Amino acid sequence: MRSFLSACLATLLCLPAAAMAADKPLSQEDVAWLDRVTFGADSATVASYRDLGRRRFLQAQLHPKGDGLPQPIATQIAGFDVMKTPADTLLAQVRDQYRDIKDMPDGDAKQEARKALQKQGNQYAQQAQAAELLRAVYDENQLREQMVWFWLNHFSVFQNKGRVRWLVADYAQNTIRPHALGKFRDLVMATLKSPAMLEYLDNAQNARDKINENYARELMELHTLGVNSGYSQADVQSLARVLTGVGVNFDGQPRKLRPDMRQYYVQEGVFEFNPNRHDFSDQVLLGKTIKGGGFDEVEKAVDLIVSQPACATFVSTKLAKYFVSDNPPPSLIAAMAKTFRRSDGDIAEVMDTMLTSKEFIASLGKRYKDPTQFLVSTMRLAYDGKPVENPRPLVNWINQLGQAPFGRITPDGWPTVDSEWSSSGQIAKRFEIARAIGSGANHLFDLDEAGTRSIGGFPQLTTPTYYATIEPTLGPKTRNALSQATSQQEWNTFLLSSPEFNYR
Amino acid sequence: MDRRQFLFALAATVPALTLGGKVFAAPASSPRFLLVFLRGGYDANNLLVPYSSDFYYESRPSIALAKPTAGDPKSVRALDANWALAPAVAQTMGPLWDKKQLAFIPFAGTDDLSRSHFETQDNIESGEGSDARNYASGFMGRLSGVLRGVPPIAFTDALPLSFRGTGDVPNVSLKGAGKAVFDDRQSKILASMYEGTSLQAAATDGLQLRQQVAQDLQTEMVAASRGAVNARGFAQQGQRMATLMKDKFRLGFVDVGGWDTHVNQGGADGQLANNLDNLSQGLAAFADGLGDAEWNNTVVVVVSEFGRTFRENGNKGTDHGHGTTYWVLGGKVNGGHIAGSQVAVNAGSLLQNRDYPVLNNYRDVLGGLMKRMYGLSDADVGTVFPAAKPRDLQLV
Repeated sequence: MRSFLSACLATLLCLPAAAMAADKPLSQEDVAWLDRVTFGADSATVASYRDLGRRRFLQAQLHPKGDGLPQPIATQIAGFDVMKTPADTLLAQVRDQYRDIKDMPDGDAKQEARKALQKQGNQYAQQAQAAELLRAVYDENQLREQMVWFWLNHFSVFQNKGRVRWLVADYAQNTIRPHALGKFRDLVMATLKSPAMLEYLDNAQNARDKINENYARELMELHTLGVNSGYSQADVQSLARVLTGVGVNFDGQPRKLRPDMRQYYVQEGVFEFNPNRHDFSDQVLLGKTIKGGGFDEVEKAVDLIVSQPACATFVSTKLAKYFVSDNPPPSLIAAMAKTFRRSDGDIAEVMDTMLTSKEFIASLGKRYKDPTQFLVSTMRLAYDGKPVENPRPLVNWINQLGQAPFGRITPDGWPTVDSEWSSSGQIAKRFEIARAIGSGANHLFDLDEAGTRSIGGFPQLTTPTYYATIEPTLGPKTRNALSQATSQQEWNTFLLSSPEFNYR
Repeated sequence: MDRRQFLFALAATVPALTLGGKVFAAPASSPRFLLVFLRGGYDANNLLVPYSSDFYYESRPSIALAKPTAGDPKSVRALDANWALAPAVAQTMGPLWDKKQLAFIPFAGTDDLSRSHFETQDNIESGEGSDARNYASGFMGRLSGVLRGVPPIAFTDALPLSFRGTGDVPNVSLKGAGKAVFDDRQSKILASMYEGTSLQAAATDGLQLRQQVAQDLQTEMVAASRGAVNARGFAQQGQRMATLMKDKFRLGFVDVGGWDTHVNQGGADGQLANNLDNLSQGLAAFADGLGDAEWNNTVVVVVSEFGRTFRENGNKGTDHGHGTTYWVLGGKVNGGHIAGSQVAVNAGSLLQNRDYPVLNNYRDVLGGLMKRMYGLSDADVGTVFPAAKPRDLQLV
């Protein structure tokens, strides 16, 4: 038995045949379904799907238990500087550094110190980007990772504003990921209390008599209800007043509060609700009166907003636009919104409704992959779970493809319409990234910082997974192109660039 | 001025360009048009300053720009009795104003009152009336459709809504353009896989454009290295846009972000001033890069989705507003004055006691401008801006 196995491993060629003979072949629909529910099939996903069947596979994906990262990747992420320090400690360090720099005399040294601090922040943000990409490629909880991407985009923050660059790793890991398949209300509250969001949309500055309506507006327009859903300019201003005092305690000092105000003070980590900055007057929001109070007002306002029928429809529509099509069928949105209302905004249940619908099945194979889906599926096919040593090329590529995590300057997140990612300039760039991965001309497997020691090489794409999933789908034009390849590297480049691989 | 005077650029011999299967020998005499979109709703009140209005100074206690003061580079530069130019753009745009190659249109914008960036940007780029909400095509795309033979290009990562809808429009980001990585044989094989698909033209054009741009910018960089071109941000993009629009492309779009200044937007210095400086350097570099003769045959319009609140907010910033100020630049632009309908700037003239009203609808104004530039028929203008009422502000 042992010698049979090693003989088989020695000749890769016998693997596809053996695998196909041992297991039930996947149908085209199975393959297309897997490609949509995950970031792209790899051999572990295919094996799990064969083992569990569609229903149980989906349940496992909708209700993941803990981390599904292979040990080397979990260790790699845990080793990032930004992961070793909790957000409040990190912010305290940054605060002290800012203060020290401020006290320095003007001159070159001060400039250098300022630059060094920004550089550190940028490195931390890059580590956060790398962590998200590594999880997308390697975590077996593929649906949750897609949801994390989706919600990070829905509740988008931009790393290059203020202190956000130090906060994005915490934002992804502790604000978004725990709620990615939970209750929508909890997700809204988590983002509302997150220093990254409060800093990015300026609510940390919003105070009684110093109203800043930026976050209030986007909370209704982008996060919950959608523009033209019935709220008015007056509602934006009322919500902004409700949100006064919702901010961050960045200086770490206890607040001086009048005795009657102390009961209202709330602090959770860096987040604080500071009654000194709050407007306690009654507000009328969406036709309902929110009685003046403390943080209670905010809870009531969020409850009111997320229970609007418009919220169920808006969130369902956005999910369907990402997972199903640019113009999802109204019947599907109605079913999802119904589940949303019935289940009190349970995201996993809404996803279940969507992923088991006939509309979902009918849409399979017709979506053009966005850059993240392209890059992650490429890595999953090309390296099939083999852990990269150096994730920096991934970060560079997603930046070049124009869809960096935490890189959208405006709070609307990256667009999800197919045509936004298939312009001539983007297609050409995608072919170039396909070449960088397919030819092995990259630094994914560098063993040292300088890139002088590498265990790289170009990937072998003709794996059992390839034969089980992609090969049967290839059309004559792609087969003809592949036959003209003059090297394995070029063959890889053409395959990863092909229309069949770029739709899911 | 007569339109024919405007169309006087010299014929140049330019290699033909094949995109989307069509051969474009760049028509040497058609005017160039570049649309610059400032995304985020820029604070027009601190660009074109109503310095004769006491209300301006009352409304902006910490961010108002100082009245014209001789010898003070941080004060505004008076353009006429009512309006003045921000110091951040005085060095770059002042000379163009003096040459009457720059005009401003205050109280400009759309009738979309959502004050949502995304809604209003889409509304403007679609070029349709505010009730239409038909975002399948944009006005630049439709303009490209009626002009025929005026090669379009978007200098953006993604194809903007403005250019959607009428055939294939190539796009290329100029932020970091390097060597093309595929040779002709590989490009042909790659493109062949997309034959017969909806992405056929985009795949073919993308590969070809990458090679073209790489070549052109290589030449430009060699040429520029002897001069002292400011390579910072948009200034470099302005230079590169000129390189590409000089010969090959004549209808362009570029966007510049970062104008959503809710907090600490600054006054003569600070984030808004930095953005305006960067923008105006890019525009000046674009004009310089084209050279006098080609600049004379070029019109640049700078727009934004809306202006901002006239009063500063509690955080020395401004919130979303309505009317804004458009810029019109070009060698033969009838500039040096403030154009379009206007109203005195005081508390009573604000819309909803908040921001500038829109007196110059962008569809009417741009429709009128394009009609004059290209001699479009009423039917053509109607295609570009359905049901607009073109207004001729005589800017070209």
